[in-house]
Amino acid sequence: MQDVVLAMLAKEPAYGYELRSRMRGALGPLGEAMNDGQIYVTLTRLTKAGLVTSQLADGLPDRPARRVYALTPAGQQRVTAWLTEVSWPKPDLTEFHLKLVAAAAARLADPVALVDAQRREVLRRLRDAQRAALARSVDPVAGLLLEGVVLRLRADLEWLEACERMWTGRDRTERKAGA
Amino acid sequence: MTGSTVLAARGLNKWYGRDSGLVRAVDEVDLDVPAGQAVAIMGPSGCGKSSLLHLLGGLQRPSDGEVWLAGRRIDTLSEGALARLRRDSVGFVFQSFHLMDELTAVENVELAALLAGQSPRRARRRALELLDRVGLADRATHLPSALSGGQRQRVAIARALSNEPLVVLADEPTGNLDSAATVEVLRLFEELRVAGQTLVVVTHDARIAAVADRVISMRDGSFADDSWLAGTGTIYGGGR
Repeated sequence: MQDVVLAMLAKEPAYGYELRSRMRGALGPLGEAMNDGQIYVTLTRLTKAGLVTSQLADGLPDRPARRVYALTPAGQQRVTAWLTEVSWPKPDLTEFHLKLVAAAAARLADPVALVDAQRREVLRRLRDAQRAALARSVDPVAGLLLEGVVLRLRADLEWLEACERMWTGRDRTERKAGA
Repeated sequence: MTGSTVLAARGLNKWYGRDSGLVRAVDEVDLDVPAGQAVAIMGPSGCGKSSLLHLLGGLQRPSDGEVWLAGRRIDTLSEGALARLRRDSVGFVFQSFHLMDELTAVENVELAALLAGQSPRRARRRALELLDRVGLADRATHLPSALSGGQRQRVAIARALSNEPLVVLADEPTGNLDSAATVEVLRLFEELRVAGQTLVVVTHDARIAAVADRVISMRDGSFADDSWLAGTGTIYGGGR
């Protein structure tokens, strides 16, 4: 969040509410879940860290004075570093994989039933993301993000199918071996 | 937008072969589809999902069990009565479109209405309306060979809607389509769902399944999972 707020300030100084609407515009339907207060909390932290400065701009007669935020030189350096840094969010498959392994080994739960439950959840998310992506009103840039979300969820579902094949097959082999 | 049961199966079975070679393609399936529900049936190839769809649409007869459409038992109907019922009450969409190559798009769409004895003028007007609804008003006089895969499937969907069916049954409707054409068909299915059209789609494409209100997973001829998808309220859940 800190890096994102800094980067949104890179073009020019801005009021808090401008940052908020810039982010919402870029995120599209995904931005609806964003907590507005978080931006102000983040700006306060960044100010304390010396990455952002702010000053009060004169308000109009009928409006209160507002704070304008700007990057400090240190803030600018951090944005540059962040943009060139290679990082990628990791989907945490390890935990679910180990859950299946443990469930099967200890016979605590049917791994295939766990896969079914997981699939339901992923399908629900895919449905919501896809509906948002199919809406004709969606902004093309924000739509690109939704497309990424849809693609990842489809990959998750394909992996769950592979899990299902593996654990249904195992179950049968073991039953045959036991019989 | 769901109501009374439109389509139902009770103790439905379809067997192929016999003795040790017996395959239970559909194994004791019970199903109730309320009016206005969009159901996706998923599962690996050979799980029996296409066989089930054929039984539900009266394209095949069950080995045992019952199929009910709008309160009428259909698996015991004569061939003639079953053919009329399919023509009047069911819309079919297939993976390979099944359009008549010699007929234009609008002729394909109006064919069923003409066979049912509707006046050519009425049938043509209705067919043009449907082509407009699927976004192909300007392709009405094209032959299927002059259309893209996605456009052909949209013509097939318009045709499936021409009898105002009680239920649309679709078998892998995006199976032969590339990604962009799949999106066209997805949009159309989403519009049908919103319009309250009862839909049963057999697919292994998660995108089609994600349009549905309810997803059934089939394994070895029976239902392994049956979930009615309520929205999460967020698009990517939390904490991912």
